[in-house]
Amino acid sequence: MAFLALKNIWVEYGEKVVLERITLDIAEGAFVSIIGPSGAGKSSLLRVILGQERPTRGTISLEGAPLPAECGPDRGVVFQRYSVFPHLTVLGNTMIGLEFAAAPLTARLFGSARRAAQAEAEAMLEQVGLADSRHLYPAQMSGGMQQRLAIAQALIKRPRILLLDEPFGALDPGIRADMHGLITRLWREHGLTVIMVTHDIKEAFTLGTRVLTLDKRRHDPHAPHRYGAGVVYDLALTRKAGDLHPGGTAWEPDVQPSITIDTIGNN
Amino acid sequence: MRWVTATHSRRGALLMGAAPLLVLAIGYVIAAAARHAENPADKILPLPQAMASAMAGLLFEPDPLSGQYLFWADTLASLARLGAGLGIATLSALLVGLALGALPRVRATFGPLVTGIAVIPPVALLPILFITFGLGETAKVALIVIGIAPFMIRDLAGHIAALPREQVVKALTLGANSWGVVLRVALPQALPRLIEGLRLSLGPAWVFLISAEAIAADVGLGYRIFLVRRYLAMDVIIPYVAWIALLAVAMDFALTRSSRRLFGWAHLGAR
Repeated sequence: MAFLALKNIWVEYGEKVVLERITLDIAEGAFVSIIGPSGAGKSSLLRVILGQERPTRGTISLEGAPLPAECGPDRGVVFQRYSVFPHLTVLGNTMIGLEFAAAPLTARLFGSARRAAQAEAEAMLEQVGLADSRHLYPAQMSGGMQQRLAIAQALIKRPRILLLDEPFGALDPGIRADMHGLITRLWREHGLTVIMVTHDIKEAFTLGTRVLTLDKRRHDPHAPHRYGAGVVYDLALTRKAGDLHPGGTAWEPDVQPSITIDTIGNN
Repeated sequence: MRWVTATHSRRGALLMGAAPLLVLAIGYVIAAAARHAENPADKILPLPQAMASAMAGLLFEPDPLSGQYLFWADTLASLARLGAGLGIATLSALLVGLALGALPRVRATFGPLVTGIAVIPPVALLPILFITFGLGETAKVALIVIGIAPFMIRDLAGHIAALPREQVVKALTLGANSWGVVLRVALPQALPRLIEGLRLSLGPAWVFLISAEAIAADVGLGYRIFLVRRYLAMDVIIPYVAWIALLAVAMDFALTRSSRRLFGWAHLGAR
């Protein structure tokens, strides 16, 4: 049984069809990159998996159980922007996930429970390299540091699936390479299943174990909204375990694409 | 030098800000002296010493009728009314604004009502308030609340509703329930905006206070100004107006400082 299964997902906004006939099986531990032209419904697909939006048709199931169309702690997310809370310090931003879970009424922890949560948050910050910035506010940090924080914030909840919506799109190339190393390391260490939407084709192939391309299969020039996008390419890549340099600077993966088009009737 | 980018030192800013006030004061004294040269009994532009002696009576001598030190009694009464009005308005803005801003269904239900109340000129409601609450303190406080609360509520609700959707989604994926999102995401980001809204409402609040006191009161800064107007007592009116301005500036300054101290994160970008 597939870890995450999407069956015949359609997303429509009124007349406009955004996604049609999306059927996907995603294996546990996969790193799926989603690419495609602007307006091809990449972010819509991510929002559907996240539970932020309900698909017009179709079902999503996680390990056989249907996923509710609400956001919950089983699916973590990092957006391109606004992923961290501006009114909390780095430490506060990381701890808040633990506080929500442990104290549904006050959403705050006190005493020894707080100290335990703080220790856990500091360990998480150590992993993303923000241990020395724990008392800064997001407005005092660079974009790259904010995204590191957003990742730490999401990972402390140990989500089954981590969804990334163009997480590195606003970063400069050097920082982006660092972040690629970081996310690959965390993906391995935490055994995550990652689904990442990106505009950057190189990034999609560098990071992913599987690259999905969304685009419209059919196009009616008189009614461009009539047909939605589907998965037009589904490429499985194999990444060798040793291809990550510690520190995660520029590295070229040994990509051996095996093109598996139209395996499940997507094409 | 470009006018739009020209900057100045802290000291320079102080001097530049003080200069127009000084010019205004000197201009007044010159005009008053000119009038008094023509007519020593002039009441329209009293000289500073006349204002000082008139105010000394109100400040340091008890009123023979009531036994009160009138200036202090007026200040206390007005500040109590203003404080009660601002307090109630702020609290209701926080509760209602937060609910309207954070909960779409509450916004859909009560948003039009709040907008409807907000467009009524508050002074038009003053007769209703006097009829309902009588001529006592309640009606005056109610006028201030009705005058500023709708603006504060709408300002806060708009600010909360405009928080990036991503923040709410992120909080939900971190295990929050709706209450948790309100408490830990919306409320902390509402507070600095609430102080800002309160600061901007100070001016209107004073307007409503003085209006209510002018119409029906027996003590208060607005009452005194409108009472002595009958005697053309500009030597009392001008110092009272200056005192009101000073109080308003002090409140504005205190709110700005407390916001910077309590919610430093909200001012990081503006430094």
